[in-house]
Amino acid sequence: MATETLTLGKALNTGLRRALENDPKVIIMGEDVGKLGGVFRITDGLQKDFGDQRVIDTPLAESGIIGTAVGLAIRGYRPICEIQFDGFVYPAYDQIVSQVAKMHYRSGGRLSIPMVIRIPYGGGIGAVEHHSESPEAYFAHTAGLKVVTCANPQDAYVMIQQAIASDDPIVFLEPKRRYWEKGQVDLDAPLSEAYPLHSARVVRPGTDVTVLAYGPMVRTCLEAATAAAEDGRELEVIDLRSLSPLDLTAAYESVQRTGRAVVVHEAPSNIGLGAELAARITEKCFYSLESPVLRVTGFDTPYPAARVEEEYLPDLDRVLDAVDRTFGW
Amino acid sequence: MAKGDPGGTTRSRRAAPRSKKGAAGDPELVQLLTPDGERIESHTSPDGTEYRVDFTDEEYRGLYRDLVLVRKLDAEATALQRQGELGLWASLLGQEAAQVGSGRALRAQDMAFPTYREHGVLYCRGIDPIMPLGLFRGVDQGGWDPNEFKFNMYTIVIGAQTLHATGYAMGITMDGKTGTDDGEAAIAYFGDGATSQGDVNEAFVWASVFNAPLVFFCQNNQYAISEPLERQTRVPLYQRAAGFGFPGVRVDGNDVLASYAVTRTALDNARHGQGPSLIEAYTYRMGAHTTSDDPTRYRIASEVEAWQAKDPITRVKAFLEKQQIADAAFFAEVDEQARRESVHLRERVLDMPNPEPVTMFDHVYPNGSPLLDEQRAQFTRYMESFEGSAH
Repeated sequence: MATETLTLGKALNTGLRRALENDPKVIIMGEDVGKLGGVFRITDGLQKDFGDQRVIDTPLAESGIIGTAVGLAIRGYRPICEIQFDGFVYPAYDQIVSQVAKMHYRSGGRLSIPMVIRIPYGGGIGAVEHHSESPEAYFAHTAGLKVVTCANPQDAYVMIQQAIASDDPIVFLEPKRRYWEKGQVDLDAPLSEAYPLHSARVVRPGTDVTVLAYGPMVRTCLEAATAAAEDGRELEVIDLRSLSPLDLTAAYESVQRTGRAVVVHEAPSNIGLGAELAARITEKCFYSLESPVLRVTGFDTPYPAARVEEEYLPDLDRVLDAVDRTFGW
Repeated sequence: MAKGDPGGTTRSRRAAPRSKKGAAGDPELVQLLTPDGERIESHTSPDGTEYRVDFTDEEYRGLYRDLVLVRKLDAEATALQRQGELGLWASLLGQEAAQVGSGRALRAQDMAFPTYREHGVLYCRGIDPIMPLGLFRGVDQGGWDPNEFKFNMYTIVIGAQTLHATGYAMGITMDGKTGTDDGEAAIAYFGDGATSQGDVNEAFVWASVFNAPLVFFCQNNQYAISEPLERQTRVPLYQRAAGFGFPGVRVDGNDVLASYAVTRTALDNARHGQGPSLIEAYTYRMGAHTTSDDPTRYRIASEVEAWQAKDPITRVKAFLEKQQIADAAFFAEVDEQARRESVHLRERVLDMPNPEPVTMFDHVYPNGSPLLDEQRAQFTRYMESFEGSAH
């Protein structure tokens, strides 16, 4: 088994390389993805090895990146579009929700748009405005799109390849503050037999409270679980991995055991993923719940200046505080 | 360029007029058939491009037949909307020559990306004219196979399809399908209003820098719903191409021969690897934007009458008569065919079945979705719970 220690960013790079090797129809397009290797270097070295017809530096136009990729997909290509930062995706929003998401439906299944839209998202890196947002709810709300996010290098390596191989258009959210975190990656992990793309995973078993997280917050919640264990509380942490469709099988089973649930995400709470999760868990687990499903989220403000983002972002203390509150009912 | 000459060498010939009315003047208009039906042998543009057509009598008659049929079917659809059989219709009345001319210039291997008004191009692609009526009746979302007919779905969001066409054309290049007589090309249709959209301008940039084998075909019908051309531009639209680095040409969009000639030339240039070009088909929307619109609120009758004199069909008929290419029996036969086909269209529209409600869950995702499967199952159970349910 070829296991290597890789950062999450390098794992994505290795996964992209595999996809380019395996399918000549796979192309990467975006701003600065070629010679520079992307502003986060996720596409580092790929243009050098696959040429500028496979790894395409584009004009600075996000709607153009997505819109031309639609045409390339109709032509039979499998474009992977890189949006440089979360806050820059909005000029392409119309193409994503009106065209990419609906083309299969509108054509009665005759056209597929097998596109992956990679977006580095979330805060925690001290960036300026428009560089730290969590736009997942916009996309998860759109029928026809699938939305996934990875939280560790192994998932990053496998999920990016699964997303590229899928005929569904997929918004692939990359937790940019975790790009540099290392983990073991099994490079021979068989994609079809590995965890399916749209499945959640219990990443820490526990008995007292179910904690639901995804992307950058998974690690935060695991740290909270370690701290809680010192106080004698066992948190069960579930990495959702897929935000649309949601896989809540494990969550329902867990909440029916623990009777308590806390949802954690960086995005603002109002009309966010947490609301959907709380509603579904309440519907399915009403008689098992000992307390309301609580949310720990960013605030309902624009993403704030970097010097206060530590207060904006859910951290270990806020997660533990919510856990405490679930015992107050 | 001489040192200190900021203007370059190409802009001196005719500066863009600044006066309000002159902005959309006619500095160059390719025309091969006058409104009176006089043939103009050929047109040579300032860049040296010569436009001409060499049709057989049979082909001239064929173009006339196309124009009449397309107008008649469009009129039938408008009538169907007025009678409540369609939710909406976007009429092409007045734009038949631009659509038939460009549509007949397409080769089988070329791919077209239409707006929601390209019924004439659709007809030329060999698609059953019933197809777009499902969309406007609300029983489907457009029923043809874009790959089979090389004609993409109608696009209602203004200008979005120009980027799709650009990407598709980039794919043609990546597939190595340019540079020969049987190379491929793509064509993107849009209106004058669309030229204000970001997507169209992004498409111009992309097509230019990637030298995409693409023809941008703008039907300047003078109005974007109620907004006149002056609300979109201060320079003639075809001149914008120069700023993006590819040629632009204005053609008499009510002249089917000239529309054919410029489109064929542009497509051939594209398929031979010479990159994109912009055609501005200068025409007029004789009817409303859609059946929901009331053009009497924003334009005057004398303007409509002036354009009526440039009608795309009467000039072909005059030409055919003068040249004795067609006789009264031919015109009567075409009219009779148009009548028959429109009656047939009407009968079939009325027979279009409503879709089974549960089909709304179909084709959301190529690979399905468990959440959607659950909703479909819930919906089915709910529908079956009604008394007297057939199931």
